[in-house]
Formats: sequence, structure tokens, C-alpha cells
Amino acid sequence: MKIQNIILIIAVIALAITPLLIIKPVSDGAELFTGADSQAETLISEIHPDYTPWFTPLWEPPSGEIESLLFALQAAIGSGVLFYTIGFFRGRKKAAAVK
Amino acid sequence: MHIMEGFLPVEHAIGWGLASAPFLVYGFKKLSDEMKKDSANRLMLGSAAGFTFVLSSLKIPSVTGSCSHPTGTALGAIVFGPGIGFVIGFIVLLFQALLLAHGGLTTIGANTFSMAIVGSMVAYGIFKLGKQLGLNLKVTVFLAACLADLATYCTTSLQLALAFPDPVSGFTGAVVKFMGIFAVTQIPLAVSEGLLTVLVLNVLGQHAPDSLKTTLPYIVKDARS
Repeated sequence: MKIQNIILIIAVIALAITPLLIIKPVSDGAELFTGADSQAETLISEIHPDYTPWFTPLWEPPSGEIESLLFALQAAIGSGVLFYTIGFFRGRKKAAAVK
Repeated sequence: MHIMEGFLPVEHAIGWGLASAPFLVYGFKKLSDEMKKDSANRLMLGSAAGFTFVLSSLKIPSVTGSCSHPTGTALGAIVFGPGIGFVIGFIVLLFQALLLAHGGLTTIGANTFSMAIVGSMVAYGIFKLGKQLGLNLKVTVFLAACLADLATYCTTSLQLALAFPDPVSGFTGAVVKFMGIFAVTQIPLAVSEGLLTVLVLNVLGQHAPDSLKTTLPYIVKDARS
């Protein structure tokens, strides 16, 4: 089981790193690895140049730093709860086994 | 898969909102049932939500040269049924719409439909089907999570094509264009999501108390040794 888990982790890391290694910057200097969501936004404005969004976000992170702060916060909250649970279950099982 | 704020025409925004609403009502009812069970069950609910929070915050590079993120909704749907997946996905989308300007309030109906509803239903459906066919459970979980992820992004492509048909090639042409952005990019990420879902269930299954035996798809029998 342990070996299987390690293989799974390595596979996920490899899947994330491979694109970084095989995709080379193009000569026109276009930015690489932009978000698919914003590419869709660009495509919309190409297909329907006259479309204007009729609503804007109530609040937007004032800078890229603040945005990454909030994304990191989201991941931290999620992993906090997930790993608390794993640790709690593990400790409880161990304590029960000792008794 | 986040359709940006204001980027769906009003009728579409309202339509997807109305389409998602009954699923969410059902989901919140399921959630209140699950919350009444023991504390181990509540922790398990929390970790399913936590998994979705983490996965949907990770923007991972893909072979197309763009970045996208997994969704993480399959775990909750596999363990607790699709209703819980609806609610978890919705909460994550709300968090991102309000704090990150990622997605939006006017598009939350459409985004909930693709990520929370279609994602959870596909995950649950594939999981049930795989079990019935007697497939290996881990392979089944992998397929369920992987295909749920892909289904979410295909749904987004359809939603956008419906709202923005190509002036020349129409709806079909637009589907192809949006799929080109979303679906292809998503393939390696969907594989990652499948692998991570198996991993998390491996670890949870190894340590979770016996009371969750009926809930978790696989509990390791020899965990105590």
C-alpha cells in the first residue's frame, strides 16, 4: 500500500512537471501557461466582439500578490481539514490498538 | 471551468441558476442528514470538502501550454453520494466568486451545474457502474474521478458554446473551439485528479474507524497490524 501511494504521488508530480519541460517558449514571446479560463474569455471576445459583460465582480483582489494569498489560503484551509482528519483517525486507531 | 463574472447573457445566467437550484436543495437536505450522524462522519465530510478546496485551488500546467485546475468533487460524491458533492462544489465556487473574483455570482448557477452537479453525478454514476461490473475498486475510483473532471470541463464548453455560437460555424463550431481550450488541456489534469482521489481514499481507508466501513469504498482490513 505504501509503495502504491508513493507511486501515485510520483505520477502526479511527473504529470505536472512534464509540460514545463516539453513546452518551449515561442519566438513571438506570447506568455506560456496562462489560465484556460482567461483563454475562454479571449475566445468569447473574438467570436462576439460586441459582447460586453453586464456585471463585474463585487470585489477583486487588488493585486496578483493578494490573489495568490487567497488561493494559498484556500489550499491551506482545505489541506488543514483533510490532514487533521487523517491524523485524528490514525491516532484514534493506534490508541484503540494499544488498549 | 470558471465562467467569469458577467460572461453569460442574462437569460443564460438565470436559466442555469434555476437548473441548479433543485439539486442544491436536495444536496443541503442530504448534508443536514449526514451532519446528524457521528463525529467521525462529520470529519469525513470535512475532509471531502477540504480535498475539493485544495484541488480546485491548484492551477497545474498542461501539455497544451496553458494552466487549469482539477475540481476534487468526485471524492465527496463517491463517499457520500452526489448530493454532498453538489453542496461542496457550490461552497467552493461561492468562496472563489466572492474572494478571488474567480467565476462570479452571475455565473455561479452555470459553474455549479458543470462542476458540482455534472461532476458529482458522473463520479457517482461511474463508481456505481464499476462496482456493479465488478471492476477493481481502485480502478473504479480512478475512472470515476477522472471522467467527472473531464465531464465538468466539457459541460463548461457546451455552456459557453450555447451562449456564444460561432457566427460562421454556429453552435458546433463554438463547441469545438471551447473544447479545444478546456477539454484537451484537462486530460492530464483529470488523470492527476483520478490518481489523487485514489491516494486520499487509500490513506483515509487505512486509518478511518470501522464506523465508516459502509461509507468508504475500501477499508484496509489489516490496518491495525
